[in-house]
Amino acid sequence: MAFTLYSLIQTAILCTNAVAVLHEERFLSKIGWGVDQGVGGFGDDPGVKAQVLNLIRSVRTVMRVPLIILNSACIVLLLLFG
Amino acid sequence: MDLPHHGYRATKQRGRTAAPTDSVLFDDTSSAAPAMNNQAYYTPGYNMGGTSNDMQGGPGANNLFTDPMANAAMMYGSSLANQGKDMVNKEISRFMSVNKLKYFFAVDTRYVLKKLMILMFPYTHQDWEVRYHRDTPLTPRQDVNAPDLYIPTMAFITYILLAGMALGIQKRFSPEVLGLCASTALVWIIIEVLVMLLSLYLLTVHSDLSTFDLIAYSGYKYVGMIFTVLCGLLFGSDGYFVALAWSSCALMFFIVRSLKMKILPSLSSDSMGMGSSAKPQLRLYITVATAVFQPIIIYWLTSHLVR
Repeated sequence: MAFTLYSLIQTAILCTNAVAVLHEERFLSKIGWGVDQGVGGFGDDPGVKAQVLNLIRSVRTVMRVPLIILNSACIVLLLLFG
Repeated sequence: MDLPHHGYRATKQRGRTAAPTDSVLFDDTSSAAPAMNNQAYYTPGYNMGGTSNDMQGGPGANNLFTDPMANAAMMYGSSLANQGKDMVNKEISRFMSVNKLKYFFAVDTRYVLKKLMILMFPYTHQDWEVRYHRDTPLTPRQDVNAPDLYIPTMAFITYILLAGMALGIQKRFSPEVLGLCASTALVWIIIEVLVMLLSLYLLTVHSDLSTFDLIAYSGYKYVGMIFTVLCGLLFGSDGYFVALAWSSCALMFFIVRSLKMKILPSLSSDSMGMGSSAKPQLRLYITVATAVFQPIIIYWLTSHLVR
């Protein structure tokens, strides 16, 4: 399995896209992973599920605009250079 | 060297500041008046140039060094260089803290030799604690348990060169293969560090393992890889498997002992009340999984070099 740096970038973009397309009310709330179901107890150590939900929500919020730019750049480059 | 253990704590909260700028530990003089140093550097040049040219009797060169215009031009050039250097430093320090990086490269020969011995034979090493000095970790020069980035960097480059040599011996060398080998190894390091960071975040392990620490611990496996490849080249396939087994066991022991101190605070003597609420067996799984991953990746990255 020979990796190049370009394949790493591709993987990162694909994974971030996958996390960003998880829709809040159509999908995540249906399977019990909505925003309101994340904050359980107010101890000082949230559980694994709360951390995962937090991570998904922050990735979706933070990476929305950069992903638009990155995906457009990727599309243009792939159209030009194959 | 006997340092007192005041300020000793096995874990630190993540919100603490970065390495302080009191440079008692680092002997860092690079930020102290570089302009003065540059000008002091230039004047001996003037004097030496002046006197040697006097002895040779060359009036043209003499004029160049004593010409006030050249003088002013040189000073202007040196001040421009200083400004450029300051600007580059400022831009780089926005992305990563250069002081923190300097801590990892503050090594000396004695530390490197001892660390290499511990990496290859960790079974007799007694004390695995990273010592602190007034709440900052000690530099690798003073504490053999501190992680550093010098050995992983050098080992990575040596591994790439050794891979090229191994492929050349088997007449399978071409420059593209070398680049591919290098980027594959780099990508595996990045993947491993990202997975470690993700698992530490998900389990809310409040350890003081920074990204550079994780890169350092991931990079120590290259020492084992170099040893394995060398044995494979010298002694054939039997030597390769023996060296693989030896370096895997040594590396697994090293990783488990080193990370145990940082990730599993509930097993240390002075555990506070809130440390271990995140299911200590999950933290144990992280440590063991990291350790088990090392021989797999060593085998994966070296088996194609030793047929």
